[in-house]
Amino acid sequence: MRDVAIIGIGCTKFGELWNHSFRDLFVEAGVSAIEDAGIQGEEIDSLYVGNMSGGRFVEQEHIGSLIADYAGLASTLNVPATRVEAACASGGLALRQAILSVASGHDNVVVAAGAEKMTDVGMDTATDALAAAADREWEGIMGATFPGLYAMIARLHMHKYGTTSEQLAAASVKNHHNGTMNPIAQFRNEITIDTVLNSNMVADPLHMFDCSPISDGSSAVVVVAADIAHKYTDTPVYVKAATQASGTISLHDRADITTLDASVVAGQRAYKMAGMTPDDIDMVEVHDCFTIAEICAIEDLGFFKKGDGGRATEAGETAIGGRIPVNTSGGLKACGHPVGATGIKQAVEITEQLRGTAGKRQINGAEVGMTHNVGGSGGTAVVHILSRNR
Amino acid sequence: MTVARFWRKIPNRYNLIGTHCTTCGEHYFPPRQMCPTCRRDGKIENHKFEGKGEVVTYTVIHTAAKGYEMQAPYNLAVIKLDEGPSLTGQVVCGKEEMEIGMRVRSVFRKLGEESEKGMIYYGTKFVPE
Repeated sequence: MRDVAIIGIGCTKFGELWNHSFRDLFVEAGVSAIEDAGIQGEEIDSLYVGNMSGGRFVEQEHIGSLIADYAGLASTLNVPATRVEAACASGGLALRQAILSVASGHDNVVVAAGAEKMTDVGMDTATDALAAAADREWEGIMGATFPGLYAMIARLHMHKYGTTSEQLAAASVKNHHNGTMNPIAQFRNEITIDTVLNSNMVADPLHMFDCSPISDGSSAVVVVAADIAHKYTDTPVYVKAATQASGTISLHDRADITTLDASVVAGQRAYKMAGMTPDDIDMVEVHDCFTIAEICAIEDLGFFKKGDGGRATEAGETAIGGRIPVNTSGGLKACGHPVGATGIKQAVEITEQLRGTAGKRQINGAEVGMTHNVGGSGGTAVVHILSRNR
Repeated sequence: MTVARFWRKIPNRYNLIGTHCTTCGEHYFPPRQMCPTCRRDGKIENHKFEGKGEVVTYTVIHTAAKGYEMQAPYNLAVIKLDEGPSLTGQVVCGKEEMEIGMRVRSVFRKLGEESEKGMIYYGTKFVPE
């Protein structure tokens, strides 16, 4: 397999973007990634797009064709465009497919994009569309919601390891703080532990401020064969690992409810592929759809022992300047979570960090970063390791 | 969920009928037609569960799923049946009674409804044993 590099990144603002349509969003993100890369449309060999539920959110399927068309890549260039879906991990999956298509030697220049437009429908429809990431027939029909499933993970984590609501809240407070420094973030305001604990209970023990929001947004990256990367940029970011793992779709079928097996395995595969350990990672973007998801992720990826994630977060070990900064972008909680776009946005953030262009949230001397994107309650996990060095 | 989609699993939903692999002895609920351990070497047959088990973890849902608004707040749990498999289900009792490890038994109950004129879902819930 060939080495692959990221040479261009683009992202819209994340948030409730009522003035922007689904197609406006991905055109904006795609064009900025292409301009950042300095490539021409004629050079693009193929396009992968992550989108969870165009059908439910904007009553639009056939997203690949739509994106290629409105990006100006269909009518004369006829660039192949493929939509991939793995619920909230759709973006990470699109990036991995783009990387594999270049690594295989079939393509040289590929755009990986992610997009979701979630605020064209009401909150109940959006929540129901997201619930389709769980097992509709045996979880949803029993009255399960997504916050409910993660609340059950949180409850058992508290029971087994003594994790507290304050420790969960600390992840949200930290991510909001990071979000204040990110121009694209949906929420750019500081909050306190009390903000979280005093917010409405959604599914006990998770409060509203333990949950990521409903968002619109799109992000895109351009990946090329590493051998040609310097033709376009002086600061390519190299892909050291692109891995994926499946887990059971239902939470109730996990051997341990507090462990996302798919995250553990995707992480192990990534460390092996890169020839690295958790100690080699300078910062990580993890899938914090809920605060407990961040706690589980930093344990499952090997940064902390199972059960220690809450205490470590409370102690500031995952803050910028801490032992392993987590979610410098603000994460899903503060940066926002347009589901199909999230996995790509994580790679955009790590690329910014490795280029040294992350502004106030810059990690000094960042050499290696990781992204971790989860579908559902852990049915899919996608992990990437990115590095300044080939 | 459409009528046909709900109807075809009514025996399983009403009577807690899952499956059993006679090759390895594992029980499955929700029902599986392919044993994940034995795969094509497995032999699957139906199995009616006793309906007794214990709460592995739980939550109290305040923001309800669509069609369940009238019931909120309601207790939702992962329940490990005595025969082995775990499932997701509601536990009908006060939220202060809920605790990890509590014993529960299955009961036939209304699960939810689509709308005033839509379908009513019946199935299995749990109560403290």
